[in-house]
Formats: sequence, structure tokens, C-alpha cells
Amino acid sequence: MASNEEILAGLAEIVNEETGLAPESVEMDKSFTDDLDIDSISMMTIVVNAEEKFGVRIPDEEVKNLKTVGDAVGFIANAQA
Amino acid sequence: MSSPTLKQSPLREHTRIHGLGIFRPDVIVTNDDVCQWIDSSDEWIRQRTGIATRHRANRDTSVIDMAEAAAIAALRDANIEASQLGAVLVSTVTHPYATPSAAAQLADRLGATPAPAYDISAACAGYCYGIAQADAMVHAGTAEYVLVVGVEKLSDFIDNADRTISFLLGDGAGAVVVGPSDSPGIGPSVWGSDGSKHEAIRMTHSLLEIRDLSLAGTAPATAESESSLWPTMRQDGPTVFRWAVWEMAKVAQQALDAAGISADDLVAFVPHQANIRIIDEMVKQLSLPGHVAVARDIVDAGNTSAASIPLAMHRLLQENPSLKGGLALQIGFGAGLVFGAQVVVLP
Repeated sequence: MASNEEILAGLAEIVNEETGLAPESVEMDKSFTDDLDIDSISMMTIVVNAEEKFGVRIPDEEVKNLKTVGDAVGFIANAQA
Repeated sequence: MSSPTLKQSPLREHTRIHGLGIFRPDVIVTNDDVCQWIDSSDEWIRQRTGIATRHRANRDTSVIDMAEAAAIAALRDANIEASQLGAVLVSTVTHPYATPSAAAQLADRLGATPAPAYDISAACAGYCYGIAQADAMVHAGTAEYVLVVGVEKLSDFIDNADRTISFLLGDGAGAVVVGPSDSPGIGPSVWGSDGSKHEAIRMTHSLLEIRDLSLAGTAPATAESESSLWPTMRQDGPTVFRWAVWEMAKVAQQALDAAGISADDLVAFVPHQANIRIIDEMVKQLSLPGHVAVARDIVDAGNTSAASIPLAMHRLLQENPSLKGGLALQIGFGAGLVFGAQVVVLP
């Protein structure tokens, strides 16, 4: 089971691969759409890669609730617990 | 008392696609045209979907008209007479009658009567469903030559104000003739459905809702209005994207495995032209080698549902005639949800 810091670092790596954004710009309070300019299709690619990396299942209907990076880190941490 | 021995149709070992024909309607709708109806830009649409233009048919051109043009071209390419057809299959979801079928009228127009004729409702997988059935018919001796048409006039079922799918859609038709072969020409079909996701791509109204609302005295519908009663398409884009890439990449791999080949053996990949980002991500998931030509007809043609694979195949063969006779992986997926994939020898 990963710590929140480890999840954030892993997520930043996935976001970087999909969008080219610097990993350090992926911070807990950043909004995926408003701050990081990630569209819904890129978001799905990130979600699928996160599922694989962290061994969790993120259902489609849950994805729209993941507004900030912190939301995603929290969801993944809970799903791993 | 001995019972009589039943005679069954003789089996045929191999099948192939004998000829391919298409029809592209000539009204070109650009992204700038689309941006009159939705708040967007050429750049945004190209980046999100890969689409620059779509072809749409004018009001007087029907699904059957487009199917006929593609079918005549396919018969000519195959050097087959319509009278030799043992079945006529039309995959479409935009023939505007629940019955009678488009296929029966198409068979009549072509001079294929009394060939059995019926429509297939499998949306964007319709062409691959048609190939699966035609292949089985020729194998089983049910028919010698089978015409398979994928045709859509999606422009009749769009809402210009809709941002989920309407702006992706185009019209067109593609047809092939499937028949006997001396060598294997169509690999095993990997096809299926998942009706639990029937709402992922859907129509806004059922015919019964339209009946009940019009009986209740609701104002007549217009095709342009968001609140229109006229049934138009909608989709949950991210859900469809996820399913289309990660689930369909598995199906595509199964089709390669079933055909006993690997991605290295392909000369072309002809996926349903839904969105260029689905196509690009599938190429990545399947680890297709660089020598495999990837169909990207969507840039000019938009998403034409059942017509997209034969249209894309035709363009690929026009631009790269040396691909003829090589192996192509084709996969269709869409509303249902439904999917179908085969490896075929390019005609």
C-alpha cells in the first residue's frame, strides 16, 4: 500500500506521460480541467494507467467526481486500503 | 424401416472479399460550419477528434441510394453480376423505416431478386457483423456470393447543438462482395455485445415516446432544436473511449490470435473511424509495428458508423495500391454496445 506522497508522485508521472506537463506542476489542490487543462479523453487514459499502476478499480461514474489531483489521490488511497 | 438421409449444403473451405466499392456524398461540412452551431473551434475539434471535415448527403439522397452506388461499384470491382448474389446484407441504423428493410429494396434495384435480403442493426460494428455472417454463409454453402453493405445517413439523426457526438458524424456507404476462395481470405470473426452499456451510445427518444408526445399535442419537432422530439444520437464520450481502447484492443488481439498471425504479419489496420485518439491509442495498445498502414479516413470523412471501415479501406488501397493482397485487421465497435473483428486479405 502506497502513501499519499507515493500516490501523488506516481500520478504525476502518469500525467506527465499523457500530457507532457512537468511532474512538479501536479499538486494536490490542482484541478485536472481548470488548472492542468486535461480533457475528458486524456483523463480516461490517466485513469486507466492509474488503475494499472496502483492496482485499483476506478469506475466510469466515479471519474467525474475526481475534480482535483487530491480527489484522485484520496480515492486511490481509499481503494487500496 | 430405414429413415431417409438428409442432404445438407456442401461446405466450402475458404472465403474472401472479391471486390470493394464506396459512395461518398458530396456535401462537405467543415469544422467552421460546425462552430456556427456549437461553441468550439477548428483547432479544438481537430485536437479532440482528428476530424477536419465530414461528408454529408443532401436531403433527397437516401440510405438506399447511397447503398446502391457503393454496391454497383463493389460488384464491378468483384466482376460479379447482381444475379449471382445469394444474399444481400445491409448494415445500417439510419434507414428511416423499422420495416421493410433497406436490403430488400437494394436487392431489387440491383437486380439481385429473389436473393434473401435483410438489414443488420449493429451500429458501428455493423460492417464486421456483416462480414461475419457473409463468411459463414459462403462457408456453409447457404450462398455463393454475398453482398455486404455498410451505409449510414447519420445527418438525419443529429442535433447540431449537441456536443457529445453529432459534430463527429458523417454519411456514406461502403460495400464488398464475399465469395468462395482457393486460399484463406477471411479469418475467424471475434464478435460480441455488452447490452449492460446500452446507454453509452443512444437515441434521445424511442418511437413510442414520439407517438405519445405528438398525441398529447406537443408542438411539431424540428431537427435543429435541442428540445426536439426528433430522435438524435448522444454518447458518453469518456465511457465509450475507455471501452473502445482498452476492451477493443483485447478483441483486436483475439482476432489476430484466432487467425494464427501476429501484428508483424499485417500490412494494414482498419479500425472503425470513431475518433483519431481512439485509433492512435489502439495502435499503441496493440504495439503495431511501424510498417503497418493505419487507416485515418476520419480526418476527411468523420465518423460514418457502419460505413467507416469499407470507406477507410478503400482510401488506404487507393493511396497504397501495393497493400492489395496483404493482411488487414479490421475492427468495428459501437452502440449496443457491440463489437466485431476479423483479419482479411485486402481485395
